[in-house]
Amino acid sequence: MHILVNGAAQELHATDVSQALDALGYRQAVVATALNGVFVPADRRETTTLADGDALEILAPMQGG
Amino acid sequence: MQLYGIELTSRLLLGSARYPSPAMLADAVRASGTEVVTVSLRRESGGQRSGQGFWSLIRDLGVRVLPNTAGCHSAKEAVTTARMARDIFQTPWIKLEVIGDADTLQPDAFGLVEAAAELCADGFQVFPYTTDDLVVADRLLQAGCRVLMPWGAPIGSGRGLNNPFGLRTLRAHFPDVPLIIDAGIGRPSHAVEAMELGFDGVLLNTAVALAGDPVAMAAAFARAVEAGRAGFEAQPMAPRDLAEPSTPVAGKAWLA
Repeated sequence: MHILVNGAAQELHATDVSQALDALGYRQAVVATALNGVFVPADRRETTTLADGDALEILAPMQGG
Repeated sequence: MQLYGIELTSRLLLGSARYPSPAMLADAVRASGTEVVTVSLRRESGGQRSGQGFWSLIRDLGVRVLPNTAGCHSAKEAVTTARMARDIFQTPWIKLEVIGDADTLQPDAFGLVEAAAELCADGFQVFPYTTDDLVVADRLLQAGCRVLMPWGAPIGSGRGLNNPFGLRTLRAHFPDVPLIIDAGIGRPSHAVEAMELGFDGVLLNTAVALAGDPVAMAAAFARAVEAGRAGFEAQPMAPRDLAEPSTPVAGKAWLA
């Protein structure tokens, strides 16, 4: 399925957000997720299904002022 | 200083961006004595995973984190970012930024109040980055904010306190609300001035990160904040226009 991950098109074999994180190698990473601009809490990633063309944002802690 | 029920010894809050190296950031945080460091959320890159390394560094410092919504230009964007930050950092604290102008990074007062109301209702403890506007400050308090963070000057400008009158007015109107000067501080003397006005704390980043010696500057700001606060508590004398001799006139010899 084609998913836009952090702005870049990717082909992913995943049906939900949790599987997408696994497929991308983020299983152990400290990240926050949003799908199509809507926040997806960590405990709802497994029940949030993906559709072709979805935009997935994966954010991590960064330097900030 | 108490912020949302948390007692802090240091009145200096420090940003974590723009340091020459992660090691320099860590050393500067230690030298500053701060207990609160601001952080942000950005897209994690698949290859480098720099966010994981940064988070590990911050956790090792043992400081409290204050996540921000930097770069958000709408209430919706800021609220979503805040919720994502809470998911990662496991803290109800959020430094709320809703930017209204790209050149000055001036807060959008309307979006800020809207986002603050939504986040406070959702259990967040909001630290709004605002201007020195008295009415906006009042609206933020009505929205549920218990801390206000007015700017000294535009972010990263290092101009110091652009409007001491407005800041003094804020302090006078809200004597019991923790007020922290956020942004615009460039030199330790600016921090002293803010603290002498009676502000509860100072949040800065660029002034330390871009100093020739960030670690030494962090230590200098720590002393400046302490000195300014001590001066405020000691109640400075009232200024006057004309001179008044400090050495007694009585007893002076007639030698003319």
